[in-house]
Amino acid sequence: MYEFLTGPMVWISFGIFFIGLIVRGVRYIRGLDWKLDRVTYGENISYGVRGAVRSILFWLFPYGTRSWRKNPWFTLWVFLMHFGILITPIFLLGHNILLKEKLGISLWTLPEAVADTMTVVVIVSVVFLILRRIALPEVRIITNWYDYVLLLIAVSPFLTGFLAYHRVADYYFWLMAHIISGHVLLIAVPLTKLSHFLLFFMTRAQLGMDYGIKRGGMKSKGMAW
Amino acid sequence: MPEGTLCNKKTIDTKEQLQALLADKSGKEYYEQMNDLDVDRKALWGVIQKSLKSRTKTWLEICSHCGLCAESCFYYLANNRDPKQVPSYKIQETLGKLIARKADVDNAFMQKCMDWAYSKCTCCTRCGVYCPFGIDTGIMFSYLRGLLYGQGFVPWEMKIGSGMHRIFRAQMDITTEDWVDTCEWMAEEYEEDWPGLEIPVDKENADIIYTVNAREPKHYPEDIAEAAILFHVAGENWTVPSEGWEETSLAMFAGDWEAAKMQVESVYDAMDRLKPERMVVTECGHAYRATVIEGPYWAGLKTGKTPIDSLHYVEWVAEALRTGKLKIDPSKKIKEPVTYQDSCNYIRNGGLADVAREIMSYIAEDFREMTPNREHNFCCGGGGGLNGIGRYREQRNIGMKVKRDQILGTGAKLVIAPCHNCWDAIRDLEEVYKIGIRWSFLKPLLINMLEVPEHLKPKEE
Ligand code: HEM
Ligand code: SF4
Ligand code: SF4
Ligand code: SF4
Repeated sequence: MYEFLTGPMVWISFGIFFIGLIVRGVRYIRGLDWKLDRVTYGENISYGVRGAVRSILFWLFPYGTRSWRKNPWFTLWVFLMHFGILITPIFLLGHNILLKEKLGISLWTLPEAVADTMTVVVIVSVVFLILRRIALPEVRIITNWYDYVLLLIAVSPFLTGFLAYHRVADYYFWLMAHIISGHVLLIAVPLTKLSHFLLFFMTRAQLGMDYGIKRGGMKSKGMAW
Repeated sequence: MPEGTLCNKKTIDTKEQLQALLADKSGKEYYEQMNDLDVDRKALWGVIQKSLKSRTKTWLEICSHCGLCAESCFYYLANNRDPKQVPSYKIQETLGKLIARKADVDNAFMQKCMDWAYSKCTCCTRCGVYCPFGIDTGIMFSYLRGLLYGQGFVPWEMKIGSGMHRIFRAQMDITTEDWVDTCEWMAEEYEEDWPGLEIPVDKENADIIYTVNAREPKHYPEDIAEAAILFHVAGENWTVPSEGWEETSLAMFAGDWEAAKMQVESVYDAMDRLKPERMVVTECGHAYRATVIEGPYWAGLKTGKTPIDSLHYVEWVAEALRTGKLKIDPSKKIKEPVTYQDSCNYIRNGGLADVAREIMSYIAEDFREMTPNREHNFCCGGGGGLNGIGRYREQRNIGMKVKRDQILGTGAKLVIAPCHNCWDAIRDLEEVYKIGIRWSFLKPLLINMLEVPEHLKPKEE
């Protein structure tokens, strides 16, 4: 079981992850329609590119936009969570040892204490986001079970990894749980709303082009996000 | 498929149909009939399948339900932070469900969609600026309005409005003759004070073709005279077209895309016919949005631009002040505190925030910004056609509270609102809340401040 999950299954999960995201991206772009969306994607390209880049970059930085600044705590925890989710697994020592064993390559790795802290930060952020969903009426009304499931899918590799690493209880059980939840996360990204992994860049670029080309971009310095 | 005689899926293309609708005061009978209007589910789903593309689909799908858009919506704030006014909630409950159910919906659902699409959203697009994914709920509500229109679920006034565009190529029943007569009348009326004043109709190869909002010839003809005076003083070579003079689009608010196309094409035809250098649009936000920003797409122009360069009135004013074509008498500048209503349509969605500030720097000594302002300004409450819909008057009046508080916050008693809708909403706001403010377009203020060259002044007898 362990052999399968750390061998062939890794290929399968990453395959679904990458192919799924590529399909999502291609379908998104092919579904753009200059006339229905009322944005000349193929004309006025320099304005479009400028609009798209601005629209992505401002939002990519914490407190880079008015909306992020108006919600300082939310912004803090969402960025910490994403930073942890994206960075920790790639540069984790344990993952790189596996990589070395299987493929003979390895990346730069995080000191174990740092990785451990980042894991805790991811878990705390998710707890914050869950509590926020329960506490704020304007968020509660739009939250459904699917949102909680996604938060759980996102946090479980970190939670299980933390428990396994610290040998809190049955090491083998938590290790297996960790590996399985990691696969679930990878597969869930292209198949669920987590596809925003890629689609964030797509939808931001789209609205950026809309503002850059049509909604004032040619008559101003660019949208003040 | 039972359809009412007044409330049905048909478009209004004849004067008889229009008369019948107008005769039904406040749409009483019309809304009665709406209760029996069937939903043609197959046709509706067909339209959705053809027009729902990846942009909107993805918006609906990946909304992370984070609620950042809540505070961005003035309706949410005006209604004491009612969670039912969160943009994401409003669109998921209407368009979201319509699609999830593959258009298998009933009359009650469609009426709810209509009520929400008009009385809970002015399509101001502010929420899209606050969403991390750039999900623009205003655009989606506008799309929903189009779907509703196709099924006959559209407020009475909007059905009439789009019919007007179809029949008169104007939002009101003004014929070419009425329009040309009004121009002539105004030129004569003001000629005594402004010798040589003209309103040239259908002059070819002018530098400027000037186009208006039908309310001007109908209710405020002096606005046309004021525009003429300012062009006259600035020494512009300008003209108005006898046909294709109307910039507004109630069809856009109604979601009647076919009528919206007819309307803007009448303006583009005038451009082709008269070959002017540039177009200047009167002080109206949605008119500019319709004819200059969205219109080229309705008309299928691949460049996404109007056939000739088009300017909102504020752009022309700023240019005239900058180049000295219009000179302001420094002693006549506005001395009292004054604020400026940033219209969603030409500021947020038109990029003209700096232009507006430039004008204020020439004409006002104590200009007070609203907070927030520029691209982030709140809708006045009257956008999206709301000013004109009796059924939603109460909701609109509640929505105006946000603008009221913004204006009060500046301490100014004078509000400059170069947008017909904003101007109306602010007038109504004063009527409802009595906060002691005055409101104005730019034109009358400018005329009072001008330094008029000697040779343009009336000769003393
Ligand atoms: C595997 C990768 C990712 C996972 C597991 C993930 C997970 C999540 C989750 C669970 C939420 C919801 C937060 C909440 O409950 O409020 C969220 C929101 C968000 N994510 Fe990601 N995300 C990933 C990658 C990305 C990437 C690459 C970006 C963009 C650079 C991104 C941008 C956002 C944004 C802008 C939000 C909205 C914040 C909010 O308003 O909730 N995510 N993500
Ligand atoms: S801000 Fe955007 S992602 Fe968040 S709830 Fe609103 S529409 Fe959805
Ligand atoms: S477009 Fe404007 S009115 Fe409509 S939901 Fe968004 S913020 Fe509210
Ligand atoms: S009326 Fe003015 S403020 Fe209101 S939506 Fe229209 S342009 Fe915006």
